[in-house]
Amino acid sequence: MEQAIIVAYQAVYAIAFLILISLGLAVIFGMMRVINLAQGEFMMLGAYCCNLAVKHGMALWPSFALAALAVGAFGMLIERILIRFLYGRIIDTLLATWGLSIFIVGGTTIIMGPTTESIPAPFGTMTVGGYGVPTYTLFLIAFAVLALIVTYVLLRYTTAGLVARGTMQNPVMAAALGVPPEAVYMLTFGFGSALTGLAGAVIAPLSGVSPTMGGFFIAKMFITVIVGGQMALLGTLSASTIFGGISGTVDYLVNSVVGDICVLVVAIALLRFLPLGITGRFHRGV
Amino acid sequence: MLRAPSRGFGWIPHWSWWAGVAASFASFLALPAFVSEYALLQLSVIAVLSMLGVSEGFLWGFSGILSFGQTAFFGLGGYTYAVAALNSDHTALPLLGAIILPGLLAAIVGYFMIYGRIGEIYVSVITLVVTLILEKTMRATSSDEYVIGSVRLGGQNGIPTVPPLNVPFTADGTLGLTGVYFLSGICLLAIYVGLALALRHRWGRVLVAIRENERRAELLGYDSRIYKLWAFVVAGMIAGFAGALYGIWGNFVSPEMFSLGQSAQILIWVIVGGRTILAGPIVGCAVIQYLTAALGTAAVGQVTLVLGVILMLAVVLFREGVLPAAWSGVHRIQSRLRRAD
Repeated sequence: MEQAIIVAYQAVYAIAFLILISLGLAVIFGMMRVINLAQGEFMMLGAYCCNLAVKHGMALWPSFALAALAVGAFGMLIERILIRFLYGRIIDTLLATWGLSIFIVGGTTIIMGPTTESIPAPFGTMTVGGYGVPTYTLFLIAFAVLALIVTYVLLRYTTAGLVARGTMQNPVMAAALGVPPEAVYMLTFGFGSALTGLAGAVIAPLSGVSPTMGGFFIAKMFITVIVGGQMALLGTLSASTIFGGISGTVDYLVNSVVGDICVLVVAIALLRFLPLGITGRFHRGV
Repeated sequence: MLRAPSRGFGWIPHWSWWAGVAASFASFLALPAFVSEYALLQLSVIAVLSMLGVSEGFLWGFSGILSFGQTAFFGLGGYTYAVAALNSDHTALPLLGAIILPGLLAAIVGYFMIYGRIGEIYVSVITLVVTLILEKTMRATSSDEYVIGSVRLGGQNGIPTVPPLNVPFTADGTLGLTGVYFLSGICLLAIYVGLALALRHRWGRVLVAIRENERRAELLGYDSRIYKLWAFVVAGMIAGFAGALYGIWGNFVSPEMFSLGQSAQILIWVIVGGRTILAGPIVGCAVIQYLTAALGTAAVGQVTLVLGVILMLAVVLFREGVLPAAWSGVHRIQSRLRRAD
């Protein structure tokens, strides 16, 4: 019984973790069809922002907000100087953002040094099914759910979300109605980047902060969002549930490497039978 | 009645092409007499890595599959050779295994991707993920329980003491520095000539036709999937072979061979050299390797910083590749000068 409880907890945690790290990419890829391979590095930048702010005496919570704002602004800058030349050239976007990713890793290594730093996690530990786990994981689960709901409400029920979705579907019509598509693209990319930076900051106390940390998450983000398919948020939620469930369980019962392999095999098999992802046959929506 | 292209001997290249190949081969054979041992070592690794570059250039430029995971096959080839050669006295069979095993992996991954007819963007991501998982797996094998035969996989540190190749028909002769240079050069040349001929032959023409217009090729009765799968498998086998040679060259294999940085480098070679010319990646590889060797002595992170900038600029400014763009630029200036006369 205790075993079952801890496995279930690990699975829920893995699902929440996947949702948290994939949310930004879900907005950027799901809505804009831009594959941003530097997404892992955006997370890393968020983690570094948070780390620096905490080191300079800021409390943890405002540091999260700072990280989100900083990475969001950085994302908008990148959209202006790189991404906007590449809309519609999806493979070129992939390659250019890969260049960006290497560039950011190199730059961060030069400035911050190649070492791993850590932020102490608040809240201490609690016991789940007889095992001690950091209470912070519970916070992370709640935070992921909150972030998903807020993003959904923003995109689905606010005017800003409506304008963004409309512009993605038909930029010319949006422009005719007086909406500047360029600005909407920039802001959407910035919003996705901010979500990613926030995710980086939130996981930083658990994962540590190093220039190459982005590489650990990029694969998981991508298979989650791609297997999710057309509908950015619903797809991410369902794919996170499948993969998080698998990896949380297998990670605990065997080890994390076997867990990763299982996720990959399931992802490839799923794409073989559902080439457009889980929500590929649905009509557009979020 | 439809006639398949190039029946007969039309696919054999013009004599001037052969002359070019022979001339580069001759200069390659003569080179060890003029350069230092260090330069020879560098040239060997450029030849080995060029094979990897050619496999990517062939796959991307001629069959239209952009693989982000040639390093998966590269690393697998290296590890296969290292483990098999350390477990036995032979080296020829392990070398063969380093071609076959990556070929099998390519066949499996390729089957799911190509027969699933998933979009090009998904192909890129799946190949990338396969590489990342292999890298992570290899990095996690540091404890003593991960042993194949008598060889510890070694986790982050990889496997040192990868044995050199035995020279056939001699009792205990192994291939030294100059030997590896000649072997890698000859293999690169053989792969280049083999691919160039295959591309001029019926098979290659169908492959290019599929790249240009897959639906039309299928309506003409070609099963595009099997052609693409073969291209993917051949590229995987070349990459695996290059991995084994890389292990032999450096006497060790490590998880770095699978790394994202390595796969990015391959794409940079191809983008710089141009993917529409089969020899392009060789030039690109030589240029970038020279550059990284020159930068290598500077601070940590500098190489990746510069490579990242090169990749971004090359993609935004030169869509067909840097060298082809420079080439067509020269042509344009020439023709303008001629018109001015």
